[in-house]
Amino acid sequence: MSKNENIINIKIENLDLWYGEKPALKDISLDIPKNKVTALIGPSGCGKSTFLRCLNRMNDLVKTCRIEGDVLIDEQNIYGKDVDVVDLRKRVGMVFQKPNPFPMSVYDNVAYGPRIHGLSKSEVDERVHKALEDAALMEEVRDRLNDKAFSLSGGQQQRLCIARTLAVRPEIILFDEPCSALDPISTSKIEDLILELKKDYTIVIVTHNMQQAARISDHTAFFLLGELIEFGKTKHIFEDPQVKSTEDYITGRFG
Amino acid sequence: MSRRNNKEKAIEVALLMTSGVTIVALFLLCIFLFREGALLFGDHSLVSFITGTSWYPSSSPAKFGLLPLLAGSLIVTAGAIILSVPLGIAAAIYMAELADPRIAQILKPFVEILAGIPSVVYGFFGLIVVVPLLQDLLSLPTGQTALAGSIMLGMMALPTIISVAEDAINSVPLSLKEGSLALGSTHWQTIYRVILPAALSGISAAVMLGIGRAIGETMTVMMVTGNTAIIPGIPEGLFDPVRTMTATIALEMGEVPQGSEHFHALFAVGAVLFITTFIINLIADSVKKKYRLQEEA
Amino acid sequence: MFLRPDKAEKLAFATLKICMASVIIFVSVLLIHIIVNGYSVLSIEFITQMPMKRMTEGGIYPAIVGTVSLIGLSMALAVPLGILSAIYLNEYSSPGRASWAIEMAINNLAGTPSVVFGLFGLALFVKYFGFGPSILSASLTLALLILPVIIRASKEALMTVPQEYREASLALGITKWQTTRKVILPAAIPGIMTGIVLSIGRVAGETAPILLTGAAYFLPRIPDSVFSQFMALPYHLFVLATSGTSISQTRPLQYGTALVLLFIVFMMNGIAVVIRNHYRKKLSR
Repeated sequence: MSKNENIINIKIENLDLWYGEKPALKDISLDIPKNKVTALIGPSGCGKSTFLRCLNRMNDLVKTCRIEGDVLIDEQNIYGKDVDVVDLRKRVGMVFQKPNPFPMSVYDNVAYGPRIHGLSKSEVDERVHKALEDAALMEEVRDRLNDKAFSLSGGQQQRLCIARTLAVRPEIILFDEPCSALDPISTSKIEDLILELKKDYTIVIVTHNMQQAARISDHTAFFLLGELIEFGKTKHIFEDPQVKSTEDYITGRFG
Repeated sequence: MSRRNNKEKAIEVALLMTSGVTIVALFLLCIFLFREGALLFGDHSLVSFITGTSWYPSSSPAKFGLLPLLAGSLIVTAGAIILSVPLGIAAAIYMAELADPRIAQILKPFVEILAGIPSVVYGFFGLIVVVPLLQDLLSLPTGQTALAGSIMLGMMALPTIISVAEDAINSVPLSLKEGSLALGSTHWQTIYRVILPAALSGISAAVMLGIGRAIGETMTVMMVTGNTAIIPGIPEGLFDPVRTMTATIALEMGEVPQGSEHFHALFAVGAVLFITTFIINLIADSVKKKYRLQEEA
Repeated sequence: MFLRPDKAEKLAFATLKICMASVIIFVSVLLIHIIVNGYSVLSIEFITQMPMKRMTEGGIYPAIVGTVSLIGLSMALAVPLGILSAIYLNEYSSPGRASWAIEMAINNLAGTPSVVFGLFGLALFVKYFGFGPSILSASLTLALLILPVIIRASKEALMTVPQEYREASLALGITKWQTTRKVILPAAIPGIMTGIVLSIGRVAGETAPILLTGAAYFLPRIPDSVFSQFMALPYHLFVLATSGTSISQTRPLQYGTALVLLFIVFMMNGIAVVIRNHYRKKLSR
């Protein structure tokens, strides 16, 4: 693990983003290290989710969105001309705020990605099992693989969505407030899972829950009004923030 | 990578071309309708077509005057609107404001049924039930009159009017209603002082759509209005047989040789009909847009 | 004259109720009249026999066959076109000149009277393309007539598919087309089906367009190709009721035809309702 200590996986340089005429992100520069959990925190509307969606170009779906600056993943600019967004998203998986399984069976949800990416039946099957194991869901759904995904509990659905992402074998996983719709027990299961997953993946997580950021992340970035205010080791950010507004937010003086 | 991108691009272009079929269809429709119609105006002047008061396609020389047909369409449509608008709006108010939600749930499919009945069945029912009834009740020489057409068309326009008006009423914000009730107004005062004015542009859109539906209707009018091409008096013409533009096309097209003067005259009538409904739909559309804007504001 | 507000309200509400009731009574009378009078005519022979003795006796078999062929052919043309157009409009197009023009065309076509479609079909398919008065010409005309209906219904159905499905699939590195095909379209199918089934009812009942493009007055045989003329239920009813040889003598046949036609339309409405309810239940689970 220590050999990866200083490897930069994602490098963001002078990123600006507008929705129409309205600037949403201003001059963000940030290095996200490999095989670590990086948390993005800040009050709602600060741009942390927007920023996260720049990393797998989900903002492309927003018609009025305009982006300047570079996002380098393994030194390749993902906003470069010859970049295939589809390939990018295979490498950078995403788990959303609300569990969003497809209206299919548990098995088909996880198999969906590998199948479309053209894997053979046995390969798909192997990936589904591995992904469900890795997402710590296999025990619970072993006998329910053919049930509708909606029949699972909220927490199980979210882990199913994680399994679905794992089955595509990404290098990076983006979590967009993955626990905000879940109860405390399900939340702690997902947190354990994220800590487990960082051995194999680089993880970026947006959270509005500071305790969660403190519990699971190695690095923390604090956003405010579209700007990156402070970034550093989670320990430092929480124990010794350098900027006044960071301290205000972390100590709850922000309202 | 680029192969997949090319494939995605190709699919998008193919989809765009598929949906372009509607544009092509509308374009061809205009071209063919107006081209065939324009061929009438070699021997006949446009002015004599528009202002002509007699439609005698088989006399010699043939007379192709639009006015009797236009007047026929207008009187039948006007009658239909006078009947169906108050009835439709009343039914919409009832369903949106008064009816128990469970009863409203039963009434809705009823209105849908009304919309689903084919026009030829309406015409059939009009012919064997409504026409004799009118003849007896009003002691007319024939029951096949503009009024019979108006009654049947009014019924057919009802579902359009009811459902659009009901939507308009339902989209009036609850806060407005509560504000009025809190001032001590009765429910009915609230309805006609607050809800109806707020829903007015939506209701007008409903009326326009109803007019569009009524003026373009063919089979029903053809079966119950007697099809006499004379300019009806107003209002007593309601009790005379009339002939609409739509009925003229459907009745006479079967008997004319393709490419004859008469054939082109019928296309010219079709073109007028198309332009009329086009304008009505345009108005309905702009009214509808207005009420969407209001809603958003 | 001023009424006290509570009296005025009573009066007004009573009027509203009377209006609603008269609508219901009208529909009921119409339906009951046709069902009661038509029911006695219905028999296996009625729907399986040819018309006989200059259409004063016998069945309506060729008209049923004609109507079913019209439905089949026009749907085969309009359904794929309609669904693909809706996919373009809802999933691909961005607001701009192209989508504005397409929407404008759809609205206009939807508002055009069916008899004008008949003229168009006559000029384009019968005359210009030389298909003659035939099943093909009539089906093409009907297909254009219901295309806007199918596009609108399909678009509506696609719009109700949650955005999360699209995001989830795209985030897995799935292309847009595959996302549309594997996730979006299956989720929208019930809504699309409802629209299709309703437009089948519409096609079955349309008369004016087929009158100009190939429906035959009397043709006691089954059409042998798409280039044949044909009989159809709504036109048959029209002919029997207005210009047959002995209108009052064939009245039972008219009722029977009307009932069969109504039956087809209501069956389609019923199927649409069943699909809708089934889908609703599934969603709420």
